[in-house]
Amino acid sequence: MAISTLLVANRGEIAVRIIRSAQDMGIRTVLAVSEIDQQSLAAELADVVAVVGPAPAQASYLNAEAIVIAGKETGCDAVHPGYGFLSENAAFARRVQESGMTWVGPDPDVIDLMGHKTRALEAAIAADVPVLPGSNGPLEGDDDAVLALAREVGFPLVIKASAGGGGRGIRLVRAEEDLLKTVDVARAEASASFGDPTVYLERYVERARHVEVQVLGDGETFLHLGDRDCSLQRRSQKIVEEAPAPDLPDHVRERIRESAVNLARLAGYTGVGTVEYLYDPVRHEAAFIEMNTRLQVEHPVTEFVTGVDLVAEQLRIASTGRTELRQEDIRFDGHSIECRINAEDPDRNFLPSPGTLTRLDWPEGEDYRVDTGVRSGDTVAPFYDSLLAKLVVHGHDRAEAVRRMSEGLAATHIEGIKTTVPLLARLVTDPVFEKVGHWTTYIETEMLSTGSPE
Amino acid sequence: MAEIQSPLPGVFYRKPGPDKDPYVQEGERVETGQVIGMVEIMKQFTEVHSDVAGTLESFSVEDAAMVNPGDVLAVVDEG
Repeated sequence: MAISTLLVANRGEIAVRIIRSAQDMGIRTVLAVSEIDQQSLAAELADVVAVVGPAPAQASYLNAEAIVIAGKETGCDAVHPGYGFLSENAAFARRVQESGMTWVGPDPDVIDLMGHKTRALEAAIAADVPVLPGSNGPLEGDDDAVLALAREVGFPLVIKASAGGGGRGIRLVRAEEDLLKTVDVARAEASASFGDPTVYLERYVERARHVEVQVLGDGETFLHLGDRDCSLQRRSQKIVEEAPAPDLPDHVRERIRESAVNLARLAGYTGVGTVEYLYDPVRHEAAFIEMNTRLQVEHPVTEFVTGVDLVAEQLRIASTGRTELRQEDIRFDGHSIECRINAEDPDRNFLPSPGTLTRLDWPEGEDYRVDTGVRSGDTVAPFYDSLLAKLVVHGHDRAEAVRRMSEGLAATHIEGIKTTVPLLARLVTDPVFEKVGHWTTYIETEMLSTGSPE
Repeated sequence: MAEIQSPLPGVFYRKPGPDKDPYVQEGERVETGQVIGMVEIMKQFTEVHSDVAGTLESFSVEDAAMVNPGDVLAVVDEG
């Protein structure tokens, strides 16, 4: 069914991003906002603004019922959830569909499948996606069986809660004598924390990189839009992302791209999604982490190197049930890097820094793209995620992109609140990052612990 | 009497989660360093501790209220 009016169920930079693509396609937009977001940039751009609740997210952006009612009352025929909030909430997706609106995303059953760690792992194995050696599903059997499996996998290894996620419910085992007692503790913790004692076991990769593949499907045609690397993270949150993933052997790049498309095909995927892998740079092996069933924060780097508007593709697939794109049409040009600028104080242990923006200057030029939901004079509220803006650059190669990002950060002036710009400027000129020697805990374990001057 | 102040702006919660029991009830004894609530700001949670031992006389703000740095959250009767 063709979309004529779209409900945007999000805020900030991603709401602005979705509204722009929708309006380019001639789609009317309704923005669901909290009471304090009525004067936001996204609200200014939207054709209609519908207040769905007070400032706290629980009462507004996570208030599924109020959002569906707002969509129906304003004549919307589709809902775009953005990322975060309700974007991977299968019950919300079903509620949207039951109300007669189109869900801009994959089938709710696919959201459920990929949201459950061991079920998603089993689907990945069925699609021939590489996985880490381990139990390949729930850890079962007596002590002797667990010990035998652990010896086969080798140490160090990790015990993870099946119902866990986001870095919670994970226990590292470095030596055989600690194995069985750690499994007992992990099961007890999983039961207490998640109400499910099921755990699984897999190899632990020291100094792993995070790579991922952007996929797209319409239920019949499935393709990839290349890979990204998001290895610069702080507390498991991505800070700097790039496309393509640098310094990846050809056979690994092919393996992750092909297997990501296989997984999308097996799931009958509709819309855009991302298959995430952990990459072991010593063994030159990639292994499945999870599939995200939504648009990602870092999608602009893929757009910069492919020229494809991923939000427009989402809306086309939701609208017509078809994609016109074919794998052979996807071309890759140059290198793109994104820096996430957060309203946090890097000098005070990343304490969030709300307040009023008294100055906001961005670099300009065709090689720069700034995705943001704020203007100079706006107030950054304490209620929501600290992501203020994404600065994205394009270069002919990685070295040029790095140089442009460094220049772009120097030309970025934000006053009134503290931001992570000074840290990002250090990161992109860090010699380890330049040589692609970084890994997902590099910032905490090396950069910030060495006490280098800030 | 000792006042416990909010160290930062945000939303003050008396409970560790929506379906959990409060950290401490009015009239209960608290020890030095004990958690009496938490402040959420931009999805980061910071625990609020009592600097003194004694009886938590009263909370000065409601659960889930907006607070500013320096706002009094609770009063403790030392002793």
